[in-house]
Amino acid sequence: MAVLTIARAIATALAEEMERDPTVVVLGEEVAAAGGTYGATQGLYDRFGKERVIDTPISEGMIVAAAVGASMNGLRPVAEIMGINFAFLAMDMIINHAAKMRSMFGGQFSCPLVIRTTSGGGRQLAATHSQTFEHLFAHFPGLKVVAPSNAADAKGLLKSAIRSDDPVLFVEQATMYSERSEVPDDREFLLPLGKSDVKREGRHVTVVAYSKMVGLSLRAAAKLAEEGIECQVIDLRSLRPLDLEPVYESFKQTNRCVVVEESYRTYGVGAEVAARLYEDCFDYVDAPIQRVAQKEVPLPYAANLERYALPSVDDIIRAVKETLK
Amino acid sequence: MAEVVPMPKLGFDMTTGTLVRKLKQTGESVAKGEIIAEIETDKATVEVEAYVGGVIKGWVVEEGMSVPVGSPMLVIAEPGEAVDIEALTGKKATGATPTPAGRTATAFAPASTPTPAAAATATTPTGRVLASPVARKIATDAGVDLRQIAGTGPNGRIVKRDVEAFLKAGAPAVPQPVAAPVAAAPAPVPPAAPAVVAVPEDKVIPLTRLRSIIARRMAESTSTIPAIYLTLEVDMAAALALRQQVNAVLPEERKTSVNDFIIKAAALALRQFPNLNASFGGDKIIQKGHVNIGNAVAVPSGLLTVVVRDADVKSVAQIAAEMKAMVARAREGKVQPSDIEGSTFTVSNLGMYGIEHFTAIINLPEVAILAVGAAREVPVVKDGQLVPGVRMKMTCTADHRVTDGAEVAQFLRAVKGFLEEPLRLLV
Amino acid sequence: MDKTEMLELYKQMVVIRLFEEKCEELYQKGKIGGFMHLYIGQEATGVGAVSARRPQDNVITGYRDHGIAIACGMTARAAMAEMLGKATGCCKGKGGSMHLADKNLRYWGGHAIVGAQIALAAGLAWADKYRGSDAVTLCFFGDGATNIGYFHEALNWAAVYKLPVVFICENNKYGMWTPIEKVSAVTALRQKACAYNIPSDVADGMDLLDVRSKTEVAIAHCRAGNGPYFLEVLTYRYRGHSMGDQRPYRTQEEIKKWQAEDPIGKFEDVMLKAGIPPAEIDKVDEEAKAIVLDAVQFAEQSPFPDNEEIWTDIYAED
Repeated sequence: MAVLTIARAIATALAEEMERDPTVVVLGEEVAAAGGTYGATQGLYDRFGKERVIDTPISEGMIVAAAVGASMNGLRPVAEIMGINFAFLAMDMIINHAAKMRSMFGGQFSCPLVIRTTSGGGRQLAATHSQTFEHLFAHFPGLKVVAPSNAADAKGLLKSAIRSDDPVLFVEQATMYSERSEVPDDREFLLPLGKSDVKREGRHVTVVAYSKMVGLSLRAAAKLAEEGIECQVIDLRSLRPLDLEPVYESFKQTNRCVVVEESYRTYGVGAEVAARLYEDCFDYVDAPIQRVAQKEVPLPYAANLERYALPSVDDIIRAVKETLK
Repeated sequence: MAEVVPMPKLGFDMTTGTLVRKLKQTGESVAKGEIIAEIETDKATVEVEAYVGGVIKGWVVEEGMSVPVGSPMLVIAEPGEAVDIEALTGKKATGATPTPAGRTATAFAPASTPTPAAAATATTPTGRVLASPVARKIATDAGVDLRQIAGTGPNGRIVKRDVEAFLKAGAPAVPQPVAAPVAAAPAPVPPAAPAVVAVPEDKVIPLTRLRSIIARRMAESTSTIPAIYLTLEVDMAAALALRQQVNAVLPEERKTSVNDFIIKAAALALRQFPNLNASFGGDKIIQKGHVNIGNAVAVPSGLLTVVVRDADVKSVAQIAAEMKAMVARAREGKVQPSDIEGSTFTVSNLGMYGIEHFTAIINLPEVAILAVGAAREVPVVKDGQLVPGVRMKMTCTADHRVTDGAEVAQFLRAVKGFLEEPLRLLV
Repeated sequence: MDKTEMLELYKQMVVIRLFEEKCEELYQKGKIGGFMHLYIGQEATGVGAVSARRPQDNVITGYRDHGIAIACGMTARAAMAEMLGKATGCCKGKGGSMHLADKNLRYWGGHAIVGAQIALAAGLAWADKYRGSDAVTLCFFGDGATNIGYFHEALNWAAVYKLPVVFICENNKYGMWTPIEKVSAVTALRQKACAYNIPSDVADGMDLLDVRSKTEVAIAHCRAGNGPYFLEVLTYRYRGHSMGDQRPYRTQEEIKKWQAEDPIGKFEDVMLKAGIPPAEIDKVDEEAKAIVLDAVQFAEQSPFPDNEEIWTDIYAED
């Protein structure tokens, strides 16, 4: 085990997979010579050369289109969209093409590609550059949407995403790249896509989160434990396929649930999880399911406003206590 | 041709029937052979088929009404046929009772027997009890009427903890003083009474939910626990004197009872004998950190065990105040879950009934229970002289899997020690 | 070109024409649903250009795809069954008229989002180039698609990375119902390729031989590693943009003028001049008729997909 940052864990996963499989190629803005805006492709260009690590024009639609076309024709591209905000420019290629290529043509084509991107606020980039909307992609069958919450998960999930024969949107949280944790060295360290993971055991309240919100939830859970409130923190890891079995299992014991997401609550992940719990676990509900999310405004620039708008540990603690009333 | 359908005769000995449910409402058409009503006889509830087809022009019996066999129940006629119900039946048609589809009057009736409206249950304006789905499910599975339970959730919603506390409260571990008089018939039976004396018939009383839980838990306790019983007599003169002194200076609402002193004494003694403040876990003994003393309280619907938490560190006055409040709530049917949860040892005191000595059944999953009799004035021998004294007998029932006679004896001696030098309870 | 090949290409054009006339009929009878865009009038473009490719070369197009599909070798049966939404269709009844494809023919599909196939073509070509294959990608699109972002991003991209793509713009004069001159700043659409430094040419879309020879030049350019090539083919669609379009925006005179140049009739003249006897041409006409009738019968008799088929092919593991 080595202690790595998330950026390093991603670069390691990419390097291992590129070594293992010559059809794996990396493309995106500033991924080659510069090593990635966040350092997540550092070292790849020197090691694998310009045919496999490609700096592209600022041309998001085409970055994804090139990946889709090449994946149909035998490559396993890992395309980087510098920020999920720019994925809107590639939305057609992702939703209308990557997600549908297999089914609409009766299973003839597949798109084994990964789109790595960065989501989330917290860096004073104002409204257009601070968004969290991976759940929009998770709406669509045909795509897989994965969002790790720590370095080990980032490595294990990215390696699985690259080996997957389906298009995977791999969402990294922008403020987490330097977070460190132990990462297995094993080159076959693969985490299954579409499996949730229990990050902390607890019997009073089920807290569901993913990506950065897992960390916040764990901090909230630690504080709540001092008051004798034990939270089961479940990391979804993947928004599609969505694995709610561990959530159901926990909820049947706790009867209470808080869902934490960085995006807006309206039509969000919390809405989905809560609806499924009401549908599938109605007889276990003891309190209204709480959602912790970003305030429903375009995220402002000023640091205090941004902090105020984004979900916090205190918000989670409040929501947990609300379920215990 | 209008047809007056009477209360049918559904058995040779049926004289009256009760209309339980109308399955077809006024104005609805009905085919011959279709079920129109449920009728309850002495023996059963029976579905009644229409023997003619047509449109129901009106009912003259309300749901819930009992009427003699043959008396008019409803009128069925051709669609469009003008019918004078009163002329035909001699009765006025009942008010139209349109029942929404699928929501017949009984559909939302409580699943179990009617219950005292003791608990202040929160309901919606339409009368639906406010309860969380899981609370509803547990209550339904246990056959409990939610209206028996007071909700402590937001807006008085009944939540899981309320139902669980309610079910748990139904398992007291002590003899049932209020039930005792039923069997109290020690008087000699008179010689063979003549048969002509009017003897009341046997009465069948279905067990209430609470009663059946008591039955089950008592049976479980006695059948699983190898219990030992030890009795020790305590000189209560000093304790009673001290209580009198204390009460003289306390306001009414804080005055103490003998039992409050016993709770405190037991709690302090338990600190020295953690094996008795425990539960049995098959391959382990779980000694409890808190000393929470349960106290059996008779209430109209049965028996509750109210809990003084951390009684070892509370003052007698505080214990007294808590007990007063909890007993009052228990008798009003407004116990809070915290009143009845979490006891680690139970005290049952029947002294107020003059009971000299009794044994109690252990309140699972506890390990021991203390049965306390009356403090009575008795002649005692002191220094070779017969003098008046005050004595109280207390009996500890203990789980021999966890503890042994010697340990229980020492525990009783410790309780006795506190009560005989009661100043130790106040400092 | 030898006579056998002439007859073969002629046959493809006739099959396409008859196939689409049959589609029109079946659409009106309610047997074909959705949007349907006919290729009638443009047959020489697809057949001429595709005839210039080698088996390793890719073909990709937009939603006006029946002709290209058949030119690539798709059987009329597989195409017609797909039109009717049958389980035996080339896409198991999941794609329909706008999404005919056959991976085995390296025919990568009709793509119904305007311009998307131009961008996808660059991706297909990149994979071949990366592997060291000399395959070339032929990418068809209409005049209307030259105004969309994908077109410009893809041309730039293909030029930057010197990708072997022949961009074939089928300029049929109308983007949906709007004449191209109303919506494009330049009407000689090959001018747009100049901005990306991509060499270009223009071909007569009613002349199969012209389309074919210019496509051969384009393919050779790409195969030699010189990057993309742009071929503008001037053609005309006889029918509306899609079914239900009554074409009020153009005159009967205009349609008649183009029909006088009909690519099939023109190519028949070429064959006659080359000494092919009329009887052989008649025989091919009969064969084409039989192929289309057989396809209709096959499609009509084929089963609709099972409802449970809906859950398949969403993910690799499905």
